Amino acid sequence: MMAQTLFKTSIGRRSFLKTSVLAGGGLMLSFSWLGGCQLNPKDGLTMPKEWFELNGYLKIGENGIVTIISPNPEGGQNVKTSMPMIVAEELDVDWKNVIVEQAPLNTELYTRQFIGGSQAIRQGWRSLRLAGASARQMLREAAAQAWQVSVEEITTEAGTLFHKTSGKSAGYGEMASAAAKIQVPKEVKVKEVKEFKIIGTSRKNVEGRKIITGKPLFGIDTKRDGMLIAMIVHPPAFGMKLKSVEDSSAKGMPGIKDIFTIKTFDDAYERQYFDTCTFPEVVAVVGNTTWEVLNAKKALKVEWETFSDHTISRNAFGSTQAVDIPAGLESTTEHMANMAQWMTKSANVVRRDGNPELAFKNSAKIIERTYTAPFLAHNCMEPMNFFAHVTAKKAELVGPLQKPEFTEKALSSRLGMPLENIEIHMTRLGGGFGRRSYAHFLLEAALISQKMDAPIKLIYTREDDMTSGIYRPTYSATYRAALDADNNLIAFHVKAGGIPESPLYANRFPAGAVDNYLAEDWSINSNITVGSFRAPRSNFIAGAEQSFLDEVAEAAGKDPIALRLELLARASKNPVGENNEYEANRYAGVLELVREKSGWDNAKPHIHRGVAAYFCHNTYVAQVLEMTFENGKPGIPRVCCAIDCGIVVNPDAATNLAEGAIVDGIGNALYGAMTFKEGLPEKNNFNKYRIIRHSEAPKSIDVHFVQNEIDPTGMGEPAFPPVIGALANAMYKATNKRHYNQPFVQALETSALRM
Amino acid sequence: MAVINLNVNGKKQAVDVDPQTPMLWVLREHLNLVGTKYGCGIAACGACTIHLEGMAVRSCQLPVSSAENKAITTIEGLSENGDHPVQKAWLEHDVPQCGYCQSGQIMTAVALLHDNPNPTDAEIESAMHGNICRCGTYLRIRAAVKTAAKSQSL
Ligand code: FES
Ligand code: FES
Repeated sequence: MMAQTLFKTSIGRRSFLKTSVLAGGGLMLSFSWLGGCQLNPKDGLTMPKEWFELNGYLKIGENGIVTIISPNPEGGQNVKTSMPMIVAEELDVDWKNVIVEQAPLNTELYTRQFIGGSQAIRQGWRSLRLAGASARQMLREAAAQAWQVSVEEITTEAGTLFHKTSGKSAGYGEMASAAAKIQVPKEVKVKEVKEFKIIGTSRKNVEGRKIITGKPLFGIDTKRDGMLIAMIVHPPAFGMKLKSVEDSSAKGMPGIKDIFTIKTFDDAYERQYFDTCTFPEVVAVVGNTTWEVLNAKKALKVEWETFSDHTISRNAFGSTQAVDIPAGLESTTEHMANMAQWMTKSANVVRRDGNPELAFKNSAKIIERTYTAPFLAHNCMEPMNFFAHVTAKKAELVGPLQKPEFTEKALSSRLGMPLENIEIHMTRLGGGFGRRSYAHFLLEAALISQKMDAPIKLIYTREDDMTSGIYRPTYSATYRAALDADNNLIAFHVKAGGIPESPLYANRFPAGAVDNYLAEDWSINSNITVGSFRAPRSNFIAGAEQSFLDEVAEAAGKDPIALRLELLARASKNPVGENNEYEANRYAGVLELVREKSGWDNAKPHIHRGVAAYFCHNTYVAQVLEMTFENGKPGIPRVCCAIDCGIVVNPDAATNLAEGAIVDGIGNALYGAMTFKEGLPEKNNFNKYRIIRHSEAPKSIDVHFVQNEIDPTGMGEPAFPPVIGALANAMYKATNKRHYNQPFVQALETSALRM
Repeated sequence: MAVINLNVNGKKQAVDVDPQTPMLWVLREHLNLVGTKYGCGIAACGACTIHLEGMAVRSCQLPVSSAENKAITTIEGLSENGDHPVQKAWLEHDVPQCGYCQSGQIMTAVALLHDNPNPTDAEIESAMHGNICRCGTYLRIRAAVKTAAKSQSL
């Protein structure tokens, strides 16, 4: 007998309540955004006359067309296709009859409607399957009642219900109205992995056609009657605040409606975790059109002054913290010098196994290296923006953000308006990478709209966007390894820190694989604001650690993959310590796969290769990067990537995401850097901040997935961190020089010239 | 302010704006053609690429007055139903991630293939150099340009 997977629907049961029960009817049905941009049915689909809602995730038309509501914001991770695929699978419908609609923020109905931590598919897996499976069950029950047979005898296939013995059949559309009246089942059976027909097959981006035809999709495309355009002017440097504004001439310029200052947060308000805001007081310029506002912005005379040390209180998921904001105009040179001091100081011990001091003392060989990386700006292609229409009674907010539910509170408190009067609609994000988790721009938009008593769209110029902080922190890590006379790794020491936070993950590999292990962290405070950046902390520590392991392998006279596999075998058989945050066998699995697929054991002349492997966000990734030098120019002909993220929901989309993460990782490692001089960010647009471009991307990327039936895990971030290590290791082979300090571009170009 | 006569996507229309206004904002705010995107405002990212008399130009640096009565094509005017060979190739390769840069990429690619129907990899890379894709879809763009080149030559 086939094993059955039964899921209780009681977990997250609220998602299975019908919206009409919760919201007094029609919430989903009436929802659309971007002024009259109606649902665009796929080619050849006729829209039904009536929709029957089976639960908060789906509704079925009388003609069998299914609308699946995608709960999470979409910013290029393709969740708007992949999440509905999971619902469609369990509902058992033909994908070509599915339309996808974006859900508004609704914490009553959905959980975890945000982008972050590559968790959408992993954490949505269960509820999305349940949504499909329970609706299918309700349809089967409706058919059983109509045909007066037992529900057990009703089967389904591609949107049709069958009763084999009587030969009866009906489309889902015919039974939808009856099914909508049936109680949500308490328990439902979900499919076995081998029964999947949609999951595991490549389906095209549901918004692909809109993107390539330039349809309004993004927050910045929002338009309403009577809408004004707003921009902000913020302090030019970290450590500064507003002193005075001289706006008389700017105010009189054509099209300008008003100029005023806004305070994003009330002094008394306790900020929540994602309420990071670099410049809590800014000048707002409001006018009819962007061009007019841009001109007035330039004509504005604003005086700034330095601020003194101060403290704000912040609530980090339940506990109140005092956050000290130091005064001062900081510079990159001083950051580097301050971080370097930690190379020799002892820091805060986070994990300790065995007796590392003794092991280092008794070792035959010690290797010690320090790695650094700069602050990075996210540089989403769509600059920060938000639409707001705040009236005395309600607030409507439309735009791109990653964590709407973490912004609601600040908004409600700042506007003095209860949550139920606030509506937040999520548009497609023109990139997120962590930046849009910090939605101070949404508050700014709301406050400007409130003041103007008009609908407004706030747009950051690229310069405003790039210089308004919330960067990836700058980091440094010093590694030491001890080898015995037989070249065994007997001790490992990592000491990592940054401004203003440490990148250390003390319980990750090689913790658990070395008898004597020490992990320490430190941090230096700063007034430069930071925030999540694609694979936070991992995005530095992975590259540093994987470069260091390469040197350890070389010093031990071992193949770099062999050394890692040897350590992983140890961690699998006889792990050291507790809380090791990885499964050694899956880790080894991706290394084995990349070794095979990259042809690692067959080196080719003039192809310089580097390998790296990392585990973060529940997914294992190994990569081999190939580098060439032709006519003194470095090139990357190929990156081979092996991934274990469990079941792959949408393979081509997952491959696209991995390709993007690899290009992004190489780009940031080679070129990415935000530097400061006396508080001033030295780059404010793409002419100064170098972003990887077409010719600098790898010529080919091949992505291979480990085939298994493990529940799916994240894909947005895990392929990003290790490629930095693979790049550094390949650069070493190509240039005969190790590279420790990102961005690598200068060192690489100098080496290239010398070749 | 001045009345400027425009010819956008084959449609003649007039706008009353500051003649210095970049074409980008005229398209987006006055003509409601929001497919052309703002990315940098200084001709450094390519998100705002349109065709002026068939040539790819950065609309953020093109004063509306200098486009008067010239043929302008935006992503919306490339085809009736998204069936230009380049758009079709984009769908076939499922190129976009966030999608924000893609109309600019497509407009540059169309202009490239117009001048050079069968570009090499190096020619594609150099023609597309000015178009940033922050999501890193460069490999798919290259593949899609080649597919489009093939289908156009059929
Ligand atoms: S917006 Fe015109 S090139 Fe960037
Ligand atoms: S697809 Fe996101 S910037 Fe290109």
